[in-house]
Amino acid sequence: MARTRPFALLAEFEKPAHVMHAAEKVRDAGFTKWDVHTPYPMHGMDAAMGLGNSKVGWFTFVGGVTGYTTGMVMIWFLNAVDYAIPIGGKPMFSPYGAFPPSYELTILFGAFGALIGMLFLNRLPKWHNPLFKSDRFKKVTHDRFFIVIEVDDPKYSESATRELLEANGSTHIEIVED
Amino acid sequence: MSEHAPAIKLEAPPVELERPRLVSNNRGLGEISDQICDVIERPTPLWWKICMLPALTLLSLLGAMVVYLVTVGVGVWGNQHPVMWGWAIINFVWWIGIGHAGTLISAILFLLRQKWRTSINRASEAMTIFAVMCAGVYPLIHVGRIWYGWWLFPIPNSNGIWPQFRSPLMWDVFAVSTYFTVSVLFWYMGLIPDLAVMRDRCKKFFGKFAYGLFSLGWSGSNRHWRNYEKAYLILAGLSTPLVLSVHSIVSLDFAVSQLPGWHTTIFPPYFVAGAVFSGFGMVLTLLIPLRSVCKLQDIITVRHIELCCKVTLTTGCIVGYAYFMEVFIAWYSGSSFEKYAFWNRAFGPYWWGYWAMIGCNVVVPQFFWFKKIRTNMWIVFFLSILVNVGMWFERFVIVVTTLAREFIPANWGYFNPSPVDIMTYLGTFGLFFTMFLLFLRFLPMIAICEVKAVTPQADPHHPLGGAEEGGHH
Repeated sequence: MARTRPFALLAEFEKPAHVMHAAEKVRDAGFTKWDVHTPYPMHGMDAAMGLGNSKVGWFTFVGGVTGYTTGMVMIWFLNAVDYAIPIGGKPMFSPYGAFPPSYELTILFGAFGALIGMLFLNRLPKWHNPLFKSDRFKKVTHDRFFIVIEVDDPKYSESATRELLEANGSTHIEIVED
Repeated sequence: MSEHAPAIKLEAPPVELERPRLVSNNRGLGEISDQICDVIERPTPLWWKICMLPALTLLSLLGAMVVYLVTVGVGVWGNQHPVMWGWAIINFVWWIGIGHAGTLISAILFLLRQKWRTSINRASEAMTIFAVMCAGVYPLIHVGRIWYGWWLFPIPNSNGIWPQFRSPLMWDVFAVSTYFTVSVLFWYMGLIPDLAVMRDRCKKFFGKFAYGLFSLGWSGSNRHWRNYEKAYLILAGLSTPLVLSVHSIVSLDFAVSQLPGWHTTIFPPYFVAGAVFSGFGMVLTLLIPLRSVCKLQDIITVRHIELCCKVTLTTGCIVGYAYFMEVFIAWYSGSSFEKYAFWNRAFGPYWWGYWAMIGCNVVVPQFFWFKKIRTNMWIVFFLSILVNVGMWFERFVIVVTTLAREFIPANWGYFNPSPVDIMTYLGTFGLFFTMFLLFLRFLPMIAICEVKAVTPQADPHHPLGGAEEGGHH
């Protein structure tokens, strides 16, 4: 028994300039629960949607610091504390010899931070998405552009929102159900 | 969310200053998808089957040689006193060097905003991953008692001892395993939007399921692209110091020792330049036939091949400079052992290796000064193979000449590879080409979304992108 609750208004555009222009209008109209779907990352779209900087960098930073610390502490503990190996009177622990592995671990943990941070911020993986029910939406990975405005958006009204999108160059509008 | 910055409006350059388009014949967004996916969607082509046959044969050869080595012991190789590091380390360094071009293309050229990289980065990154796999075979199998291979890693064991981190060989373990892991992460992240392209095109149930599973539900959302692009930039930023460090650390395996010919400070930059040089050689060897058989000449254009040739020329010149500088420093050092090491390289029993190296690595790239040669695919293909031959000889010369004749003449010897050495090396080509052919058949060999993003059709400020103002042409 499928529920038939409307989820969002799906507006299709044919050219990047049209969707960029429409996104600016949707932004200015004060919508909050909306998104633009494009086949490739479009430069200038973040500004057109009024989005700020991404926070992925913080995940990388935490990963990198963790990696470097792990490397240094691990090598100090293994070669100087738990099983000290005296070689030619050299110090049991030296940050110079420990640096290359720690440097590699900084990069390793930082890279995991970037990928996992990106997936976490995007709430991916998310295999169920109401938009995938629309056949037209399959073209989003091909050559079409879409603006999606959710019905839960406080500014949403079926007729007015549809008019706004039509007036700004959408070639096809449909309602996607949840 | 109070203040909204206006969208950036870029002035289009005057026609005479505009660079040649990266995608020829004005292909639109959809056509780019169609062309690239066609390689996967059409029935298995004959050339693929013909290539797969020798690849699988060689892969079986590798398997047989590894089993033989493990059963009998490392004595089946030609390594013996005084050359205890033979083909295993040569081939390890050679394969890992090849990998470096992929990371250079995907990371460093991205940071330098070289948009032409988009056509070749996916295949080059795949090349990196498979080359590092081939390289990784050697450290794993060379240890003799292979079942103790895990002692390379700091894993608690019943002896209560740990790896010795003052050794550059331990640094190498961390460098190479990090390099492999980060290359796979970077490659996979780049693949996510393209797997979504495949998911939306695929008609068969299993393909739809598999592409859908690994594309993680990607929907092209701009809120997602924002984080994605930032993560991509960061991964490029992390891979750049990584790739420079990996071959530097590989070179430290040699440079930290006391042997004449190895104990030099020029090794890290010289190894990195050589790695990029050999890697671009391999990129050219792979892409020139591929663009023809897969009919991708509109996306991998002659300009792309030319640009790769120019990088090969540049790094070849750096390598040539390093060879010269090594000889100069050996003379300038006043050390008789250093002087002898280099005299021995050029005029000793391995003179043929040295001059093959000079011929292929210093002379061959000089042909790339000429546009006529850079635009002739047959010649470039042939020269690119010579580059890789030369880089193999470079590692041979470094490893073998120094070990065969170090300080005490009583310890001198001559190295001969065994048939098992040769067949194991041939076998790694089987591993490489099997993986690469599978990649071509099941994954988009060109980054679809990235190529789309650099076309004028994708630019909202270009007339082809639907812009009414802003463009002058």
